[in-house]
Parts: sequence; C-alpha cells; structure tokens
Amino acid sequence: MQNNRIEKTFFQLKAKKQKGLICYIMGGYPNPIACESIISSIVDGGADIIEIGIPFSDPIADGPVIQEASFRALQKGVTPQICLNLIRKTRKRYPDLPIVIMTYSNILQKNGFKQFMEMAKEAGTDGFILPDMTIDESKKYLEYSKNLELASIFLVAPNTSNLRIKKTLAVSTGFVYVVSVFGTTGMRNSFSKYTLTAIKNIKKLSSNKKNISIGFGISTPHHVKLMSNYGADAVIVGSAIIKKIDGNKDGSMIELQNNLTNYVKSLKAACTN
Amino acid sequence: MTKLREFPIKGKYGKYGGKYIPETLVPAINELEEAYEKIKNDSDFKKELDYYLQNYAGRPTPLFLAKNLTDYVGGAKIFLKREDLLHGGAHKTNNCLGQCLLAKRMGKKRIIAETGAGQHGVGTAMAAAVLGLKAEIYMGSTDIERQKLNLFRMELLGAKIHSVDSGTKTLKDAINEALRDWITNVKDTYYLIGSVVGPHPYPMIVRDFQSVIGEEIKYQIKNFTKRSPHALICCVGGGSNAMGTFFPFLDEKNVSLYGVEAGGQGVRTGKHSATLKEGSEGILHGMRTYLLQDEFGQINDTHSISAGLDYPGVGPQHVQLKDMERAEYVTCNDNEALDAFFKLSKLEGIIAALESCHAVSYAMKLARKMKKDENIIVTLSGRGDKDIDQVMKHKKKYISR
Repeated sequence: MQNNRIEKTFFQLKAKKQKGLICYIMGGYPNPIACESIISSIVDGGADIIEIGIPFSDPIADGPVIQEASFRALQKGVTPQICLNLIRKTRKRYPDLPIVIMTYSNILQKNGFKQFMEMAKEAGTDGFILPDMTIDESKKYLEYSKNLELASIFLVAPNTSNLRIKKTLAVSTGFVYVVSVFGTTGMRNSFSKYTLTAIKNIKKLSSNKKNISIGFGISTPHHVKLMSNYGADAVIVGSAIIKKIDGNKDGSMIELQNNLTNYVKSLKAACTN
Repeated sequence: MTKLREFPIKGKYGKYGGKYIPETLVPAINELEEAYEKIKNDSDFKKELDYYLQNYAGRPTPLFLAKNLTDYVGGAKIFLKREDLLHGGAHKTNNCLGQCLLAKRMGKKRIIAETGAGQHGVGTAMAAAVLGLKAEIYMGSTDIERQKLNLFRMELLGAKIHSVDSGTKTLKDAINEALRDWITNVKDTYYLIGSVVGPHPYPMIVRDFQSVIGEEIKYQIKNFTKRSPHALICCVGGGSNAMGTFFPFLDEKNVSLYGVEAGGQGVRTGKHSATLKEGSEGILHGMRTYLLQDEFGQINDTHSISAGLDYPGVGPQHVQLKDMERAEYVTCNDNEALDAFFKLSKLEGIIAALESCHAVSYAMKLARKMKKDENIIVTLSGRGDKDIDQVMKHKKKYISR
C-alpha cells in the first residue's frame, strides 16, 4: 500500500501529525534551467509533493497568472518532452519526492494516452492531474493509470453531488483534489462558508480512506491553517508561487531562490502546528 | 444498423464528442441535459419557439433557384437556402432563440456567449433583448478590431462586451474565457454556445435548433421537383449551419453532403482553418474531435478571410460523418471565396457572407460536373454586410473586370 511515493508521504505526514504541502510550478518556466533551481528551493523550503504543469495553449481551468505563464513558456519553446526531462532530473536528485503532472487531456491525447503515460512513468512521474478529464470519460485513462501504477488524481468541486463525490473517491488514487472555490486557479483574499462545508462533506464521505487536498486560491499561512482546520490532509499552492517568480524579473536568481524557500517554509510551518 | 439520426448515443458520435470539462461544470451540463430532454418534445416550448422564429425572426426563409448563377455555370441547378434573410443576418438566430428560451425555462437570467465574427454575439444579444435576458459576450480583441460594426451592433442591442486578450485573441480564446466565466458563475449563468461544438449536450442542442433549415428545405424543394436534392453544400467552421442543413437528410443516402472548410491562403501554406481536412484527433473545449494542432498537442493559429470559419476545432458529429464517409469535406481558398462573393453579388443581387461564399464557390465547381436536371442546394448562412470592409481591399481585382 505504501509502496508508492504519494501514499508513503501522506502516511509519514499523518504519523508526524502534519498536513502536506503541495507546490505547483510551471514546467520550464521562466526557463528550463531556472526551473530546476526553483524546484530545489521549493523542496528545500519543505514542499512535500511537487506538481509540474505542462503548458497547454488553452488552459480553461486556469486563471490569469497560470494562463500567462503557460503562454510565455510555450513562446519560449517549452515542450512536454522538456517537462519530462525536468521530471527526470528532479527524480534523480530527490528519489523519494512525489512528483505529479498537471496538464490538459490533449497533451496526452496527442501522443496517445498510453504512450504518454509510459514516458511520464519512465521519467519518474507518480501521477496525473487533468482538470478537463471527468470520471465519465476516464475508462482507458484509469486502466493505463492502474497498469503503470500512476496515481489518477481527480478533482471535486464545491457543487459536486454526494453520489458523484463517492464515485470520484472510488476511482481516485494518491489524493483527491478538492477545488475550494467556484472559479479558476488564482489567489483569493478570503474563502466563503461553502468551502468549509464542501471540505467537511468530502472528508465525511471519504471516511478517512482518501487523502484530501485543497487547492485554488490558497496563498498564505493563514489560508493553510484555515484549510487544515477544515480537515484537509494537504493544501495545494500554485499561482502564488508563479507570481513570486514573475515578481522577480530584475532580481537575481539567488534572491528568488531565497524568497521561494522562505515563502514555502512559512506555508509549511502552518502545516506543522 | 443504427440510423445516423439517432446519434449522439450516450453523448457520443462514434468515439467523438463526450464531456471533457472541469468538474465545476459537470452539474451545470447535467442540469442542461435534463432541461433539454424535458423541453425537447414539449409542445408548449415548440409553440413558443415557432412563434418567435416566424414572427420575430422571419421564418421560413426562402429557397431560391439561382437561375443566373445556374446559367453562368452551366450544370446542375443551384438553389440557395436564404438564411442570410433571417433576422440578425445569419442562421445564428435560430440557435440563439432556441437556447435563450431554454435558459428562461431553466430560470437563468444571465446569458454568456462567445463570438468570432460577431454574428453569434449579435444573435445572442437580439434574442436576449427580446426575451428579457441579460447578455454578456466574449470576443477576442483581434476579432473586435476586424469586426467593429458587429461590436457596435451588440452594444446597441444592450449586450455587455468583454474583450479577450489571452492566447491568440480570437474565437477559441473567447470560448476559453466564456468557459472560465461559466466556471465562476455557474449557479445563475447560462452559457449559450454558438456552434455544434463543446461538451455534450451542446453539439446536439445546437444541431436540433438549426435543423429547421434542413426541415424547411425538405418541403420547399417539393415546389420545384419531386425528388430529394442531389447535393447539399454548406460552409463549415464549427459546423452549425451545415449540421442544421444535413441532419434531416442524414439517413437519405441518395443525398450527397458536402462541407466546405476555409482553405485560407491555401492548405499547403499552413494558413487555413481546414480542421477536418488537415487536422487530427484531439480534446478541446469539452469535446473529443478533430483539431488543428502541432506535434505536441498545442492548438494552432488558424487563418481565414472569414472570421466565422476561423476555428481550430469542428463539431464532433461532422468528424463521425467524415469517418463514415457519409459527408465529404473539401476546402475553398480565400481567393475562391472572394470570387464567389463578387459573382453572386452581380449575378443574383445577393451580397452573401464570405463564410457562405466558400459553399457557393464549391457549388459552382460541383454543378459544372453534374447534369442539368440535377439539383444542388447551398445554404447561404449569412449576409455579407459585415464583410464589406474586408472585401473593399480586394475590389480592384474584381470591379474593374
């Protein structure tokens, strides 16, 4: 059961009574070499799981920050292969770090789901998050995930019905991605009551059998605490990290790395107590 | 054997179609599917829609024998299905009225839509105005630049326009942005998609509301001949006027179906929108379909002289028809469409949309090869006023002739 890196990580976190911190970066952004260093700073800061985005031309589930990062990454020639190479290097450096890919279905479809997933597995990937893949369309995707021992991480929204949550929980492996808000990815100042209700509900329906991770809009230690108190097993931070990278245009790489490490540390601290 | 008119089966046209959408939209899509199933055979709904189609939009539109064009070409008889005469200036109004009435039944007050050339935006703004709904339209900033007249028309009709600056700033990005709006405001918002694209049930709903075109052709052709038409020809961007024309004839195998895609500056130049001819299988905007994409699965920029055909995807049912060889999909270049634009203007006194002129151009090619007692019907999907600026750039070549 705990053979795979994601399950193992959650098992260890629970033993330590900690919440998990999942950090998203855009593959090859702002450029492939800087991206490697960025991952290191984030892991050094205490990230438990890394989510690597493969840029797609039409990211419908993403807000302005990640859209812009995708667009610029593509303009600079970032390909899925470059992202897989990044995963390969990261895997070498961090043999136990769970790494998941977040991208859109067409990136897999173009190569063939099976072939792409095999390549990703070979590079050291632990699972996939595909925001436009519904459980209804996932028969083959699930079959390949199972055969390759890749986590199939589905999303649950605040308006997902209980029946559908149960179905989603049944086919999700690694963790379940709970979308905190109505909307696209990107930072929010505050969260509404419905977010709390949704997390509590999913937590109840999963009867502690699945790892519940909350994402969309989370950017501060306060948010992390809030979600932890609601019952999340982990939180996902994405746009806020991209924004830090974007904000560093004139600064040095070392400065950015320090900033990121300190930022991630502050989030991880909120997961710990 | 399954009849083609029975598709979609479980939301699919063969392997195409489906629902590839963010989870937040799943309840909305399911709600739409249920609501549509309810009104589909509801006689009150049908009555209300018919009322607006006839008295507001001006249906039925005529089927006109283009005698001068036929004589000029010297082959099969060419008939024009005059959707250009529909209120709003294009077939889009059929779908907009249908979906706005559906939205009303569902209790949704806020309508969002995407638009490329602006015709669907205008149709949406009109239908929303007459039915007392609030419309917000997403339009790429590049398209706004090309279609200023339609932008102003939408504003006159009371719609709010959102300029989209992401990606290629055209139709596909407007769809992305409309989808993002829908994800955010899913509770009170109805997304009125403008073509036979998107997640199930949209391709089916839009097709059904557009099928009035083909249904009318079926009885109108009887005023001229006893038999069914030999060929139906329509332009295909997303493919809604084509699907609306084809659908009632899908299981009449003696009627040949032709979809004409935008060949742009020529298929070999890469600057075109010929998705069915040149594309490959992919997943975009909620559906499995054909896409113009690069080797990595990134969606390509498209090109066409007509903004309405400038879309890198196509309706999933068209892909099924292509795979089964029930319909044939061909291309027509910018220059050929322009040529047809001027010919139709002079010969028949009809200024048709550049989109529709792609179909006219192919009809002229095909008619030449057919017998004089055979019939071709071309759907003139819209009128050409919106294209006047674009066409003026090329007038020297044609007017001096």
